[in-house]
Amino acid sequence: MSIDIELQKSATKYRNKQKVKDRFISALIGVFAIIWIFPIVWTFWTSLRPYKDVRANGVFSIPKALNLQNYFDAISRMDLPLYFWNTFAITVPAVFLTLFFGSLIAFVVSRYSFKWNVTLLLLFTAGNLLPAQLVFIPVFKMYITLGKAIGIPRVLYDSHWGVVLIHVAFQMGFATFVLSSYMKTIPKEISESAMVDGATVFTHYSKVMLPLLRPALASLAVLMTTWIYNDFFWALVLMSTDSKRPITSALGRLQGEFVTDYNLLAAGAAIAALPTLIVFFLLRKQFVSGLTLGSTKG
Amino acid sequence: MNSTAVGSKKAHRRRAFSKADRTTLIAFVGIPLFFHLLLVWVPAFLTILLSFTYWSGISISRIKWAGLANYKNIFFDTPAFWEAVQNNVIWLLWFAGIATPIGILLAYQIDRQIRGHKFYETAYYLPVVLSLAVTGIIWDFLLRPDGFVNGLMGRDIDNAFSFFGNYDINIYVILTIASWRHIGYIMLLYLAGLKSVDLALREASALDGATEWQTFKKVVFPAMKPVNVIVIVITIIESLRAFDIVYIIYGSRGGLPILGTLVFSNIAGEGASMKGAAYAVILFLLSIGPIIAYLRTTFKSDVQ
Repeated sequence: MSIDIELQKSATKYRNKQKVKDRFISALIGVFAIIWIFPIVWTFWTSLRPYKDVRANGVFSIPKALNLQNYFDAISRMDLPLYFWNTFAITVPAVFLTLFFGSLIAFVVSRYSFKWNVTLLLLFTAGNLLPAQLVFIPVFKMYITLGKAIGIPRVLYDSHWGVVLIHVAFQMGFATFVLSSYMKTIPKEISESAMVDGATVFTHYSKVMLPLLRPALASLAVLMTTWIYNDFFWALVLMSTDSKRPITSALGRLQGEFVTDYNLLAAGAAIAALPTLIVFFLLRKQFVSGLTLGSTKG
Repeated sequence: MNSTAVGSKKAHRRRAFSKADRTTLIAFVGIPLFFHLLLVWVPAFLTILLSFTYWSGISISRIKWAGLANYKNIFFDTPAFWEAVQNNVIWLLWFAGIATPIGILLAYQIDRQIRGHKFYETAYYLPVVLSLAVTGIIWDFLLRPDGFVNGLMGRDIDNAFSFFGNYDINIYVILTIASWRHIGYIMLLYLAGLKSVDLALREASALDGATEWQTFKKVVFPAMKPVNVIVIVITIIESLRAFDIVYIIYGSRGGLPILGTLVFSNIAGEGASMKGAAYAVILFLLSIGPIIAYLRTTFKSDVQ
């Protein structure tokens, strides 16, 4: 009895002590968090101020006007709709194909017991972890050689499809890995009864497994969209025409071109960041679960 | 006995595939595999071969065998390589000693649901969502000669401090920007792992008189082993491969030599050697260890 009371006492004491400590920790992390998002807030602030005002009075001056003029200017002067279209034309097919191919491999590996299943899974997962630097020269050469061989020089090099394919080839490793670990949580009995009922492999995939995979596919789609949207590297090295590049790759050139008018540039950067921010805030749950489903990405 | 039963069941199932099913299975595996091999593994293998050659990169018939010449050149005649190695080591020490522990610490505190934890989680994760191209612009606003920090330091554009151009400190400037992302990423991974550790376990250990540090070290940390391995692997791989943010800030000119950008500075120059390929292979060899560690952790249950 008394031991129980004693224990409860010490528990209360511990909790009270902890409360004070927690308040201090919370305040500390809070201050740190404000410093953390300051760079983003500053960029946003910069984007709302007219260039003339800043130029005349300095970056720390109290603004005479705050408006969205820089955003309108950025959209028309930086050709942003064009670059957004390019991003769209790359991201949508790339995400779709990545999920499609990833789900095919994951389906076979997790539902049928072939002896090379683990090898296959290892191959895809390891492939996803290889550095881009290691594959870049031959891919570049292959694209150009293929273009020459079939008489259409820009079939893959300097084309959206070339960028789509390299994204798909790399990311399907990650998709396979995530989807196959998700599929392992789906009971085998479902598949067995489908097979007993005489379903073909194709029906088993499309009518039985695919609907069950929906939550995992949604999470993965959100994650892949942000990754492919944010990538600037492949479009930079596998394309030569600037007007075909996606928004993130184009930002570098725009930065050079509008280097003096950085209020305009801030608006451009904010617009480029907007889609991923919207996705993050609206589909945050899918985003986080996609990342933690595979628990990592190299 | 058990194994033969399983074996015959397998054999039975394999024989049971109809011709159409077999074709479907081959297509399901074959088509993705073709693209993956063609654009990832075959090029990787070719790069390894090319690293032993001289080639201007134009006509395939003019590839000449170089033996180890590219590697010799890198190790003995390229001071930039050793500068890069030094910078990558600094990068690794910074990430392993500062950025990753901060991320873990944040995750640990936020997981205890301290006041405002939802806001904190979002704030720290926000930089991870942004494209590095945007990150580069954001930090340029802060650090440029007429930017925020120089203004705060009371310096005007003529005697501004050059954060990116000062070679003594620019590695730390870049590391600050890189950590801005890395910390949030590690925090999120760790936070997901912590959700699986029982809260009662922690309170019990605290009741037993353990300090918070002891609780973390003796109770939480060991329970998180798989996540720990992944976090360590990510820290090492990201430090070795660091590339994007340096490329965004400096382009392919050598403002800050690190292994990841040397690969490109040498390819873009179209020199008569495949030194760039050799750099890529060195980068690959350095990251093999962490990759294997990662695969072993994640596939442990599959192989057994």
